[in-house]
Amino acid sequence: MAVGKEIRKQIKSIQNTQKITRAMEMVAASKMRKAQERMQTARPYAQKIRNVIRHLHEAHPEYKHPFVLERETRRVGMIVVTSDRGLCGGLNTNLLRTAVQAMQEWHEKNVDVDVCNIGSKGFAFYKRLGANIVSHASHLGDTPRVEDLIGTVKVMLDAYTEEKLDRLFLVYSRFVNTMSQQPMVEQLLPLPPAEEEQLKHHWDYIYEPESKDVLDDLLTRYIEARVYRGVMDNLACEQAARMVAMKSASDNAGNLIEDLRLKYNKARQAAITQEISEIVAGAAAV
Amino acid sequence: MAMTIHVDIVSAEEEIYSGTAEMLFAPLATGEVGVLPRHAPLLARMKPGEVRVRTGSEELFFYVSGGILEVQPHVITVLADTVVRAKDLDEAEVLKAKERAEAAMKSRQAKVDYARAQAELAEAMAQLRAIQKLRERARK
Repeated sequence: MAVGKEIRKQIKSIQNTQKITRAMEMVAASKMRKAQERMQTARPYAQKIRNVIRHLHEAHPEYKHPFVLERETRRVGMIVVTSDRGLCGGLNTNLLRTAVQAMQEWHEKNVDVDVCNIGSKGFAFYKRLGANIVSHASHLGDTPRVEDLIGTVKVMLDAYTEEKLDRLFLVYSRFVNTMSQQPMVEQLLPLPPAEEEQLKHHWDYIYEPESKDVLDDLLTRYIEARVYRGVMDNLACEQAARMVAMKSASDNAGNLIEDLRLKYNKARQAAITQEISEIVAGAAAV
Repeated sequence: MAMTIHVDIVSAEEEIYSGTAEMLFAPLATGEVGVLPRHAPLLARMKPGEVRVRTGSEELFFYVSGGILEVQPHVITVLADTVVRAKDLDEAEVLKAKERAEAAMKSRQAKVDYARAQAELAEAMAQLRAIQKLRERARK
């Protein structure tokens, strides 16, 4: 029967799309679980290094590292972490909106902003925007490693040490749960001073080799660990957002198919009814 | 029983060891150091080598490619690097990152157009909202 050929074709094509979105949803779900696991395994390091930094605040080093000294802000740096790929709902848009807002606030205070992009979505955006991108890393894959970030972060740290930057921020999406991701702007440098100024007994570390060298190493690793955490969080966020987006896409496709099928059946029924009435009319005429 | 000290060995990507030990040996830049419980606070840089942890019955070996050793009287933390870090290697990474950025900056405009950025993002948000609305309508 030739009835509703177009409708059938349409249903077929939507079904194909639905298959793709459903597959993507499942892939994202399993990748999200893995990303969450990796977030967990990266946690001990972050915790331990934070402890060491806290101990360091309690100690009384004679040498003050530039990373802990506050200075007048003339130029700020921002490390913006986005995903490499799209099809993940409003994740990147929300993040970039927060980042642009923060940038604009600095701009109004006549402070220029240097940007460091991790992830190609943000990179493409800032490039179009004409922002001053000083370093960039993308395509880190599903298992980003710390060494992929070393160079990218060091550009910013070097600029800070050379006093080209006076503040450094990290902008990333924090993984709250599967349904919600939160864009965050965190200050990396200068490190916020210790809150409790208690009079504990006076002590300091024995440094090996020199306090400057060791602190350099330690604080660099601390910043890297924080950026790494941001990247891991962002990855989990990306997969979660994609999973949700693909789920709704599959649902939408289902709705469309349902509607089209109803339409198709109606058309088919109408055609049959018409045919019967034609036959009956023909028989009556004989 | 011999005195013990808590030891944590972690790398940025995972936890390697956590437990108590009688003694720990670490490869410092200036030579190997052995740490016993109640050692004075120490913060030191490690070079590539092996960290040995002596527990009551056995000795455990862990290879580290450098990192930081922190000693507190009752806890030792080893922040291990996952890769060999050297100044010139890091420098090479820096150049790479800069190059990637510079290649893209060639077609750069003079000023950041915030108005355009806001408009672009607002548009994207509006699109997302519209899709949401469509969905809600489809459900009814």
